[in-house]
Amino acid sequence: MKFVSFHLMPYRPLDFEEASKHRSAWVVLPNSLYDPVKGADEYEAYINFLVDCEALGFDAISVNEHHQNAYGLMPAPNLIASALIQRTKTIKIAIIGRALPIQENPISIAEEYAMLDNLSRGRLICGFVRGIGAEYHSTGVNPYFSHARFHEAHDLIVQAWTKPGPFPFEGEHYNIRYVNLWPRPYQTPHPPIWIPSQGSTETVVWAADPSRKYPFLVTFSAMELVIRYLNTYRDQARQFGYEAEEGQFGWACPVYVADTDERARAEAGPAIEALYNNYLRMPMEMLLPPGYTSLQSMKNFFKMRTAIASGTKPTADSLISSGTALIGSVETVRSKIAEVRDKTGLGILLPMFQFGTLSDELAKRNVQLFADKVMPTLR
Amino acid sequence: MAMRVQADDVKIGDVTIKVRRAGKGMPVLFLHGAGGYTQWLPFFHALTEHYEVIVPEHPGYGGSDDADLIRTIPDMAMFYLEFIETLGLDDIHLIGHSMGGWIAAEILVRDRSRVQSLTLIAPAGIRVLGVPSGDGFIWNAEESTRNLFHDQAYAEILLALKPSEEQVDTMLKNRFTSAKLGWKPRWYNPDLEKWLHRIRIPSLVVWGDDDKVMPTAYADLWQKRLPDVRLFIAKECGHLPHVEQDKIVTPHIQAFLKGIER
Repeated sequence: MKFVSFHLMPYRPLDFEEASKHRSAWVVLPNSLYDPVKGADEYEAYINFLVDCEALGFDAISVNEHHQNAYGLMPAPNLIASALIQRTKTIKIAIIGRALPIQENPISIAEEYAMLDNLSRGRLICGFVRGIGAEYHSTGVNPYFSHARFHEAHDLIVQAWTKPGPFPFEGEHYNIRYVNLWPRPYQTPHPPIWIPSQGSTETVVWAADPSRKYPFLVTFSAMELVIRYLNTYRDQARQFGYEAEEGQFGWACPVYVADTDERARAEAGPAIEALYNNYLRMPMEMLLPPGYTSLQSMKNFFKMRTAIASGTKPTADSLISSGTALIGSVETVRSKIAEVRDKTGLGILLPMFQFGTLSDELAKRNVQLFADKVMPTLR
Repeated sequence: MAMRVQADDVKIGDVTIKVRRAGKGMPVLFLHGAGGYTQWLPFFHALTEHYEVIVPEHPGYGGSDDADLIRTIPDMAMFYLEFIETLGLDDIHLIGHSMGGWIAAEILVRDRSRVQSLTLIAPAGIRVLGVPSGDGFIWNAEESTRNLFHDQAYAEILLALKPSEEQVDTMLKNRFTSAKLGWKPRWYNPDLEKWLHRIRIPSLVVWGDDDKVMPTAYADLWQKRLPDVRLFIAKECGHLPHVEQDKIVTPHIQAFLKGIER
């Protein structure tokens, strides 16, 4: 199993009481609540944290893209990746990922990824995502065309990386007369492409396609769903006539280890609740703008919502018991990961060691213990 | 009083849409807004006294097919030019509410030959700098309902209703199509305003004085750009003047139509 230390880079000094007066910590949270002096400290601490993961033996360090929110301070993850490349030697750098549809010209994503691949001499892993629903509010891009733009931007980027230029790209959403990347990517034919997802069937089918076989990373979901989605991918691969490999199954989740379950729960509980109830809090209208999912998925969502009592906030206990967050002793966390591995063939784990308001001190102790005691036994 | 409203499926090219009609006389074509067709309004009923009132559901709304070929409001205008021709409507009054007003204006900058008058009720389609339209895509269901009205008693009635599964499905379908057509640029076409002078037919612009969806300030720009225009601002009124103040608005529109008939 490969281990990828993942970071969201939340803005921890947030005034939660003030923030709670707004619809969400996304899109409409006034940026007067951001203090650049404190923010600069956050960046420094988070970059140091990821750099230290190289010596701890991780296979990759990882960042991602989110816009206009306090949940993750990385509207431009490539900038962080560039800094990480300069301060590390051999570890892979995974950007999971850039949000393709919200860019007006995806060539810039192809170019920047190619630059990072050169700068790192082939240590880059490229994630492709659609961005979450809120990002269609903050960028103004029409969510109705999100899927279509994603697929087209993907084709454009892969062609730009692999086809000798110059050539014209003639799409419905993107039209470029001269596609001719300088630089080309360092890796041949191109850097690995990973697909983080919340498990939508359309994405599973697309990622598992024999022409792609992209690693599929289930993000922030209950363990039961993680198992289900990864097996959907395996079944889909079989329907395509091949057996998916270990390296095609990934899972990203918050992880916290301590000596005992109780101590882990006590130290990480408030931080995980802050992640879900403060940083991720957003109304359905923001999360799922019309067209972001298919009409059928949206109808199903509405039916589910009326069936389940709405307005229940997740608690540390509910997040732990559902396996959405792996919080516990070394043995507890190891056995849960092993369970998912045994049931799915999981080959890539992307633990997020700092989440919500978790302090640098606790995050460091957490990652150290994980690297010493959990990681070696699962390799 | 009990007038039969006929509901037909009408095929225009490959797209089948639901069309309701009642009354006899010169045709009045009413184009609904982004909320879709909800019911045969008292406003429609009043107009049937002198006119044949035709209310289609736009492609992608309610009982009509969604159509991949319609991706923008200008596409929608081309669709309705075909609709008007296919139905053989030679001499009509055109009324559009909100997004439907935008469609009506896009039709008329292209071809006004079959249309005698234009009535715009709180229309979308143009932009007034510094006065953004309300964001119905970020409002929740309750806010969206409340922001339609000045008098919250109307909102309370609607909020008390429990929609059926079918109504929820229709609402979602309408919302998806509205996003396709109106998300970006938000509820306007940057190329429309500069051609509005071509709508050289008698026009009436109706607006509520407390419209939280399309701000009342937009009425001034419409008045400035349309060459033969009257403006009527309904008092104590939100985004649905033909519903919230129908007792005042309906006779005003009727008098306008009567006054300009050739």
